Amino acid sequence: MTTTIMTITENKKKFSITKLLIEGRAFLALILIIIVFSMLSPNYLTTGNVLIMASHVAIYAILGMGMLLVVLNGGIDLSVGSTLGFSAVIAGFLMQGVPLTIFGVVLYPSVPVVVIISCGVGAAIGFVNGFLISRFNVAPFVATLGMLYVVRGFALLMTNGLTINKLSGDSELGNTGFAWLGFNRIFNIPIGVLIMGIIAIVLGLILSRSVFGRWLYASGGNERAAELSGVPVRGVKIWVYVVSGICASIAGLILASTLTSASPTAGNTYELTAIAAVVIGGASLMGGRGSVKGTLLGAFVIGFLSDGLVIVGVSAYWQMVFIGAVIVIAVLLNSLQYGRRRRPAKAKSATATPSTTPPATSSQNLPTPVGKD
Amino acid sequence: MTGGLDEVVLEARDIVKQYGGTHALKGVNFEIRAGTVTTLFGENGAGKSTLMKILSGVEQPTSGDIVLDGEPVVFTSTTDARDRGISIIHQELSLAPNLSVRDNIFMGREIRGPFGVDYAEETRQTRVLLEEMQFRIEPETLVSDLRVGQQQIIEIARALSVNSRILIMDEPTSALAAAEVEILFTIIHDLTARGVAIVYISHHLEEALEVTDHAVVLRDGAMTAKDERANIDLEWIVRNMVGENFDLGSPPSGYEFGETVLSVQGLRVLDRENAERVVVNDLDLSVRAGEIVCLYGLMGAGRTELLEAIAGREPVESGTIELDGRPLARESIAERIALGVGLVPEDRQRDGLVQTFDVGSNLTLASLRDSVVKGLISPRVEKSRSEHLIRTVTVKTPGPELPIGSLSGGNQQKVVIGKVVATEPRVMLLDEPSRGIDIGAKAEVFNLLADRAREGLAVVYSTSEVGECLSIAHRIIVLRRGQISAEFGPDATKEMIMAASGEAVAA
Repeated sequence: MTTTIMTITENKKKFSITKLLIEGRAFLALILIIIVFSMLSPNYLTTGNVLIMASHVAIYAILGMGMLLVVLNGGIDLSVGSTLGFSAVIAGFLMQGVPLTIFGVVLYPSVPVVVIISCGVGAAIGFVNGFLISRFNVAPFVATLGMLYVVRGFALLMTNGLTINKLSGDSELGNTGFAWLGFNRIFNIPIGVLIMGIIAIVLGLILSRSVFGRWLYASGGNERAAELSGVPVRGVKIWVYVVSGICASIAGLILASTLTSASPTAGNTYELTAIAAVVIGGASLMGGRGSVKGTLLGAFVIGFLSDGLVIVGVSAYWQMVFIGAVIVIAVLLNSLQYGRRRRPAKAKSATATPSTTPPATSSQNLPTPVGKD
Repeated sequence: MTGGLDEVVLEARDIVKQYGGTHALKGVNFEIRAGTVTTLFGENGAGKSTLMKILSGVEQPTSGDIVLDGEPVVFTSTTDARDRGISIIHQELSLAPNLSVRDNIFMGREIRGPFGVDYAEETRQTRVLLEEMQFRIEPETLVSDLRVGQQQIIEIARALSVNSRILIMDEPTSALAAAEVEILFTIIHDLTARGVAIVYISHHLEEALEVTDHAVVLRDGAMTAKDERANIDLEWIVRNMVGENFDLGSPPSGYEFGETVLSVQGLRVLDRENAERVVVNDLDLSVRAGEIVCLYGLMGAGRTELLEAIAGREPVESGTIELDGRPLARESIAERIALGVGLVPEDRQRDGLVQTFDVGSNLTLASLRDSVVKGLISPRVEKSRSEHLIRTVTVKTPGPELPIGSLSGGNQQKVVIGKVVATEPRVMLLDEPSRGIDIGAKAEVFNLLADRAREGLAVVYSTSEVGECLSIAHRIIVLRRGQISAEFGPDATKEMIMAASGEAVAA
């Protein structure tokens, strides 16, 4: 047995550089982006600019972390961009005052109430997604694609397609403070970035240390086995969509506050950016693999890359090409990392006695094209 | 096809295969003769599958030669090997269920006509092929409409359609009913009569003995014995496979059974796919604490459905299930686990293990709450719990952080059992616990169950190998078409059990 363990460590040593490149790819990409753009523009790596970029990243990262939970479950949530827009519109609508014609009064809810109601709407949209998917076995892609249209439609209906511009509230009505989310800073850090940090810590802890997190990884890895082990797979499934919806609402509120306007078309195609962040962060779209850390890095890669391209004056069309290329490369690396593990039965039959298996398998788990033994 | 029978067509000379620093094969020598069946015996991990992969071009040997018709050859791929007349039929079938029999047989080498694929010609050739095998099925039938046994025959037909001279069959009977095994054997006889050489791998030793002409035994990557059928018997194989005498144990004794733990009355379960079919029909069963009950029956006798209905996976049409006198009706799987029902499912890859998890996380998955300290999973508690479980169920692994896929079948099965043991069940239901695991691991699994029973666990396990009924079970219940057809004590004979199951009629 000791020889076996030695072989394992040997193998680890041997492949450590390739392994580092594969596993730390998002981090390395981020470093590379920062180096390249700071050489191209002196303004890139200034505290001011980094904080501005970070607040852009926060929107993608918050959406991405919600998306991560769904992807870990083996699903996908295409409705987050629409949910973002819808909750921004809801917030704008509430800030304008709610006329109650029966009583002849106009209700001006305070900002915390507005935030809670908006998040509640996001949670409700997520619940509908989760309910359709877990109870009626609707494919996640289809269910959330439907919600993408429905929710966006409601957002447009509520404002007749117009943007709500007056979000500042009125001190006489006691509903000021909405701008706080988008403009204020604590210790010079934008509130949006802080919220991103808090969500990252909470979700990171949930995923790595809570029973729910383990349930989520288990049902994403093998739903049937998880169910037979007593994991409430349907409940887990509903919850991940609810959390994703809430994250989308939070992102919507931050965005509306930053722009001081609630546009019904806000967040259009953001669901794709969120998926990209999750994928660049190394999560497997088959479910069961991925981390908050990775998704955060993925969001930073996208945000820092696109802002960098803007700063050096690359046209918006080229930006799309670059970001697309990054996504494709990320997916390529993902399939190198996970592709060989997808059929565990094969790996099993290829191996020898139990004590001799680990080295064989560990070499198999490595991507073939780069492994060189 | 080729010249005379009994001529050596394929020869393995000093085949060595290394994975990293490990020798999966340490210099294997043997030959395959035209018109004969050569069976490879060996426990899981003895190197059978590796050897087959080398012979069929999936992998290349580290050193040594493959000699085809007297010429050393190097297969660059499976297609290469197939073009030279070597086909392999894998444990897991590789048919496309959404296509017809004809389309599967001609997959990848469709016959072209003036307007795309010449379906008429393909259909005609398929029909001829199937008739040669005396297998009556329409070429247009969808593969998904066929039973597993029939699908296997289609796989063989596909291999024959490319004029294979050497056919490698990896565990071809593992999913077949007794009657289907008979059909397969008839086909094997026809093939050998036509000069095809067959390499056969199976865990069912008795079955393999029935069909083989030559036997090659592997142990730990080395060939331990090789002989002709006339000179060998079951005992010879087992001795060379494990290197020592063994048996699967006897019913644990020296203690009194406790109260009735599990009681099933008038249970009726319908087929999920076909509501007309009753899979468990008005069945009564009761098991006491410390008792081990074996459920024997053919495929489709209702064993899996009975166990899954008790575990809450399968909906119950009518009847009652009681655990310690408490009726179970609408309880979920999770609630039943909490009450003390533990199921070790039949297909451990599909239903038992989370492949993305390491050994430790798989072991603790069903009893996760025991690792929670102050609302969060404590890595320290979890590690010590999984290490404890590894010792309890004797999993051979360097540690809990190894990927589950790196373990052998037997050790994976022990992990599934360990996961259930961790929930502290009152009754443990095991669906074919010995499926696809080697004979040494089998004995260890049964030993484990006997020890648990001594501590008061009620155990119900199902099997389709008669030899396994006559091991640790205090009581053997034979199922036939969803009903109990006979009940025996440990002194029953194989013949009695097989007759009660309807096997004798089928054979």
